[in-house]
Amino acid sequence: METYWYILAGLPTTLALSVLAFAIGAVAGIPLMLARRSSLLLLRAPARVVIDLSRAIPPIVWLFIIFFGLAETGLKFTPFQAAVIGLGVVSSAYLAEAYRGGLMAIDKLQWEAGHALGLSQRDNFQYVLAPQAFRVALPTMATFAIALLKDTSLTYTIGVNEILFRANSEAQVGSASSLAILAFAGALYALLSIPTAMVTRRLDAAMRSKVAQ
Amino acid sequence: MIYSDWLDYLPQLLEGLRTSLALAGASLAVGFPIGLLLALGVASPLRPLSGVCIVLVEAGRAVPALVFLQLAYYGLPSIGLTLASFVAGTVGLGWITAAYSSEIFRGGIASVPQGQREASVALGVSAFDTYRTIIIPQGLRVALPALLGLAIQIFQGTALAFTIALPELLSAAYGIGNQTFRFLSVLTLAGLLYVAIVIPAGILVRSLEVRMGRHLAPEYR
Repeated sequence: METYWYILAGLPTTLALSVLAFAIGAVAGIPLMLARRSSLLLLRAPARVVIDLSRAIPPIVWLFIIFFGLAETGLKFTPFQAAVIGLGVVSSAYLAEAYRGGLMAIDKLQWEAGHALGLSQRDNFQYVLAPQAFRVALPTMATFAIALLKDTSLTYTIGVNEILFRANSEAQVGSASSLAILAFAGALYALLSIPTAMVTRRLDAAMRSKVAQ
Repeated sequence: MIYSDWLDYLPQLLEGLRTSLALAGASLAVGFPIGLLLALGVASPLRPLSGVCIVLVEAGRAVPALVFLQLAYYGLPSIGLTLASFVAGTVGLGWITAAYSSEIFRGGIASVPQGQREASVALGVSAFDTYRTIIIPQGLRVALPALLGLAIQIFQGTALAFTIALPELLSAAYGIGNQTFRFLSVLTLAGLLYVAIVIPAGILVRSLEVRMGRHLAPEYR
């Protein structure tokens, strides 16, 4: 029983990692998306490289580069800091693409109508396009949030004291209960991600009804 | 950013990359057929069968891949099943592949128009033959780009097998880092090797998607 409480006590770390990395991505994703859509090649090309690299390199490799690699250059992070940065990098790229997808899904006429009504480019974006794009992007963002929650389990490899780290250290002892211990960790992740997925599905239907077709 | 030591590392990393690709291939070879069976099972009118299939799919999608690998490698020995790391990796990633691909297969099968089923009933084709020769081949074509996208993700997921002592690309890089204490250099090279597979593969999948969508009106592409 004690073992299971010990694993459960890793839950706040798992949640904190998910929330912090998602917050970084949600904020950093906006300028990244704007640069990716820019008409200036000087902005668009580097943004594209950053997004593609962040998504093509597996998250666990990012964690290793930041934790083990950057330490050589004098940039030493705690495991938790390295995890937040690594997952934050990946989140920024995925959320930038989610925002961009949302914006691309908005009917061109919305843009033209705002223009015809005399809205400035900025107001048109802020009051007409962005709110609708956000609604389209929301389900993608939620799906990513679930993937991110599961990806926090990778951080055990650099020593972040979260759910899987604890389960792994208990299971390594080689006892007969290691299967049950790891299954318990798996069930914890499922308990977190299945309800989120259910809410997402409902949200998706509700949000789609509020976007001009 | 070109490191002079990259040429020394490359042979070992390529060896690791070969293992990564082999693991991805084995996981897909196991996962795709099971995924198709799960897709058919979920749609089955037999409640116990569809129930079991739904649980297998939902578990595969809700539990992190890393946990499956750990379960297969460190968990199963407690019930007397000790698997080599390559086999454990194939079991873990194969389950994930099956779960995610079953949803893709289901979407592909659902996209085949109802009229096709009605026509085959009218022609007296048996249910089994209807699926085998009419529904599945058409559904597969729709599902193909998404399946290839999943294959790329599974290849990226092979890096997780580092944790179960499989000498794949990331393990090879980490091993070199431990010897040379030049982690940044070797890990960057490893990262670029993943990129060298993932980005061209992604471009191929996108062009396939466009090719296969040519018959569609632009707004459905």
